[in-house]
Amino acid sequence: MGPFPLFGRLVAASVRGQARYPMSTLMLTLGQFLATGIEMVTIWALFDRFGEVRGWRLGDVALFYGLVNVMFAMADALGRGFDVLGTEFLRTGAFDRLLLRPRTLALQLMAHDVRLSRLGRLLQGLLVIAFATSHSGIAWTPATVALGLFAVAGGVALFLGILVLQGTLSFWTVESLEIANVFTYGGVEAGQYPLAIYERWFRSILTFAVPLAAVAYYPALAVLGKADPLGAPAWVGWVSPAAGFVFLGLSLIAWRAGVRHYTSTGS
Amino acid sequence: MSALRPCTAAFVSRFLQMLQYRTAALAGFATQCWWGGIKVMVLAAFYGTGAAGGTAMPLTHAVTYTWIAQGLLALLPWAGDPEVAQAVRTGAVAYDRVRPVDAYALWFARTAGWIAARVLPRLALMVMFAALVLPLAGLGSWAWQPPADAVAGLAALLSCALALLLSASLVMGLNIATAALLNERGINALAVPVVVVLSGNLLPLALMPEAWQTALLLQPLAGLLDIPVRLYLGHLQGNAAWGALALQCGWIVVLTCLGRMAMGRAMQRLDVQGG
Repeated sequence: MGPFPLFGRLVAASVRGQARYPMSTLMLTLGQFLATGIEMVTIWALFDRFGEVRGWRLGDVALFYGLVNVMFAMADALGRGFDVLGTEFLRTGAFDRLLLRPRTLALQLMAHDVRLSRLGRLLQGLLVIAFATSHSGIAWTPATVALGLFAVAGGVALFLGILVLQGTLSFWTVESLEIANVFTYGGVEAGQYPLAIYERWFRSILTFAVPLAAVAYYPALAVLGKADPLGAPAWVGWVSPAAGFVFLGLSLIAWRAGVRHYTSTGS
Repeated sequence: MSALRPCTAAFVSRFLQMLQYRTAALAGFATQCWWGGIKVMVLAAFYGTGAAGGTAMPLTHAVTYTWIAQGLLALLPWAGDPEVAQAVRTGAVAYDRVRPVDAYALWFARTAGWIAARVLPRLALMVMFAALVLPLAGLGSWAWQPPADAVAGLAALLSCALALLLSASLVMGLNIATAALLNERGINALAVPVVVVLSGNLLPLALMPEAWQTALLLQPLAGLLDIPVRLYLGHLQGNAAWGALALQCGWIVVLTCLGRMAMGRAMQRLDVQGG
């Protein structure tokens, strides 16, 4: 069986498993929807009070918010295996079983526990994008839709790359370290607002170290038809999402090094 | 006195047990600093735009509020006590039923110890970071400011102690729901969004729309974070301060009474698991 049909089968098995507990899955999905959507209340309340933030209006921020949440929801569903690598695979020795199978490791981990509850965040993000569209009067053209999809793909790759790095780190620590949350959940938190409102050092981190700006900020500017207040030329947003794939590629190289370093904890 | 002793022991033992998780506390702390930093930058950007919006609360207060909220994160009733959930699932809850001690009081003391042990180390670290390191690093405008005056500081301390009891009574509610439904994940997932908004953790309640202000201040979850911080910042003084403290006490009484009743019901219906 080729890698993609196999991946499809593993995902289907994981989904069927969750479908056995429909109430629990439904409640978790609803919880995700509310817990992640509640951030929008803050944004709305702040705009209600202050009117705008450095020239950005509610509709603009809603687009950034929606895009980042959609990206993270998908990456989070796919990257769960890397997230729990330390606690569920390395410490228990279950990782050896994955190594024995003649299939790509990354693929097996990506198909591990694809959680349906992530649909809650995804749906919430899509609703906010719809709100942004009506509020900011975004006229989606075939070109901007394509750019949006390219940006989301790049964003999923970027967040997945962060989770892969988190997993890689656990080859040395044998723990799942929460510290990666700084860039996963913290990245979502930061990416919900236009990058231009942050301090210079913080912008540099989000542009060059973890290229969140490349997958969310610049493409969203192109979709909104806004000029970058920081002076980047308009074409940047049309190519920058590729940085997400580069980041994932580099993460996978680090991952290989991690796997080579791995020694089993099992007996 | 003798009725109190088992509860004190339960509090102390759970407190000491939770203090052992130092790495978890440190990792959580790093995340909270980063989070607080993002929130402060966002608030600064909003305040930098429209001066009109900042009348409810100056930026320095909003920044201090943010750091206190990060420091007291573990004080909020995020989830039921995992030990209780486990006891319900494994059937160990039966031991608690046969002990000659009031089960509600015992769980309450254990829960309060659990919360206190998680919140105190993180709060101490956060004070060091936001009130000492940030000003020394030249980020004085982003720092955690001292309380309005000595009285405000004392009132805030007292109010924090009440917030601990209030939080414990709310966690007890979650524990009882866990025991009744034999499942904690769904309940916890639904509790989180309610708690972050109504406690003021997400955004200082004073910055929410004006029309909601009275309702927001009177609801029970304001006593978890918003009231202590308002006292700290000197927004509530004199009679208003006493009123706020009384409000916290009132909610604690109401919630513990409700919790006790619900627990009696849940325990009568409880099927003990395991064999």
